[in-house]
Amino acid sequence: MSDHEYTPKSKVGKWFNDRLPLLTLANHLTDYPTPKNLNYWWTFGGILTFCLITQIITGIILGMHYVAHADLAFQSVEHIMRDVNYGWLIRYVHANGASMFFLAVYIHIFRSLYYGSYKSPREVIWIIGMLIYFLMMATAFMGYVLPWGQMSFWGATVITNLFSAIPLVGDSITTWLWGGYSVDNPTLTRFFSLHYLFPFLILGLVVLHIWALHVPGNNNPIGIDIKKPSKDTVPFHPYIVIKDLFALLIFLIIFAFFVFFSPNILGHADNYIEANPLVTPAHIVPEWYLLPFYAILRSVPDKLLGVIAMFAAIFVLVILPWLDTSKVRSTVFRPIYKQFYWFLVADVLILGYVGAMPAEGLYLLIARVATAYYFAHFLIILPFLGMKEKTTPLPLSITEPVLGGSADMAMAKNNTDFKEKL
Amino acid sequence: MSESDKKKPNRRDFILTATTAAGAVGVGAAVWPLVDQMNPDASVKALASTEVDISSVQPGQSITVIWRGKPVFIKRRTQDEIDSARAVDLSELKHPEKDEDRAVNPEWLVMLGVCTHLGCVPLTNKGDYNAWFCPCHGSHYDTSGRIRKGPAPTNMEVPKYEFVNSNTIKIG
Repeated sequence: MSDHEYTPKSKVGKWFNDRLPLLTLANHLTDYPTPKNLNYWWTFGGILTFCLITQIITGIILGMHYVAHADLAFQSVEHIMRDVNYGWLIRYVHANGASMFFLAVYIHIFRSLYYGSYKSPREVIWIIGMLIYFLMMATAFMGYVLPWGQMSFWGATVITNLFSAIPLVGDSITTWLWGGYSVDNPTLTRFFSLHYLFPFLILGLVVLHIWALHVPGNNNPIGIDIKKPSKDTVPFHPYIVIKDLFALLIFLIIFAFFVFFSPNILGHADNYIEANPLVTPAHIVPEWYLLPFYAILRSVPDKLLGVIAMFAAIFVLVILPWLDTSKVRSTVFRPIYKQFYWFLVADVLILGYVGAMPAEGLYLLIARVATAYYFAHFLIILPFLGMKEKTTPLPLSITEPVLGGSADMAMAKNNTDFKEKL
Repeated sequence: MSESDKKKPNRRDFILTATTAAGAVGVGAAVWPLVDQMNPDASVKALASTEVDISSVQPGQSITVIWRGKPVFIKRRTQDEIDSARAVDLSELKHPEKDEDRAVNPEWLVMLGVCTHLGCVPLTNKGDYNAWFCPCHGSHYDTSGRIRKGPAPTNMEVPKYEFVNSNTIKIG
């Protein structure tokens, strides 16, 4: 909570606030001192909150019309599309909303990687964020099963079969997950139940994520510690609120483009064929946001090791705060890490691409190299680089590069001009 | 408190341990139904066996039937296919199994049509062994349904089955 004491002006407000300090909380959120150099990459927290709320609202509505039964699910989704008033809109917002949610979360994560937001003292924020990301993947996966199309069915089959790789108990676990001997009606109904539950767990974790953020305060593009409140900060409202809203507006334009002009481009035509347990589609691919992990899974020729590699790819992210040994947060001051950062971005994009391609020939080779590089980045490059890299000098405050200070800084480029004008 | 008091468990420690243990058993007993309800229910288990009429299946032909929600391949193999399956040296196999054990009646191969990698249905008469090929992640199986190439760890599973008479197979 804020350092200063807050007293509501009205008598009723004071009476209420003494009993439940909601107004103190509101005041904290409004006045919350924010670094004044936050750029647009910092607006994705707000965008993600919007995405979550949108998914919850559209999801609750879809739940009113959807029937979770193997014989009726596919029909009920078509019923939503054709018969329910604005059903097509709500379903397309929900389906594309999942993709938008992941688009935003990937930008949010890579922003954190660039500016070192996962480093001390923000490790807990990062770990909660990774839990949210993991739950998002589980939720999205189960949601994709609900329309009970071919991709739903076979995607569910492939992913649940991952657990059969576990030695000794794998088959029992898979049967337990399915509630039968294959993906069938019991699987569908439990996925529906959990798909409804998980977003609320995510919502709870989001509250913790923000709470954990408000303890040390925001990181910022130059990654230095700042005094709060000070010349280096501005209150969250109205400065950040209005910036977040503007970014959200731009984001919504892209969102609306997908919903209204190409609502199916991110999906698969096979999912408009009802699930058939006897025929596997020629080419099974997960949704785009899971492709890098799918590529890692397929690049390992052994079933158990492939599954381990896939989960390890997520787990290395969780322990990232301890893998990156550099004390300097922002990549702005890490010339060598900056190059490796962009290699990683390229590597993940390549993994995503080969994940969508058949696992054979050249694609398989590329997937293997990219998988090896992915792990090398986190397990070898980051720990080693942090100890060896010579970083450029850090400014003492956010204001310093502007009002005089280190000449190395890109931000201080026009320093001389600025002084001359003075 | 003296040193000996700390180490010697007294009556309170005993009560605490006993209560915790009883509590843990109680919680476990209460949680188990919540976990076990997800296992296959009675109606799913009731579909445990299927009888199939195979009188119309020609040599070289394969039919697919559903048993416990999964496809089962029933293949009437040609002499060439039987010979090539039986000629394989077991040391070449990732999951060594004799064809004689997989197909007791050599003409009929009955197995779950489920790739042991991640559960897709392999395509018939495809792949390097012109037998089964899984399109999902590229596993090749031979004419005995044994894994020869690709990520699948084991051969396709042979379910429990029996010939009720010369025209009928009972699976399960």
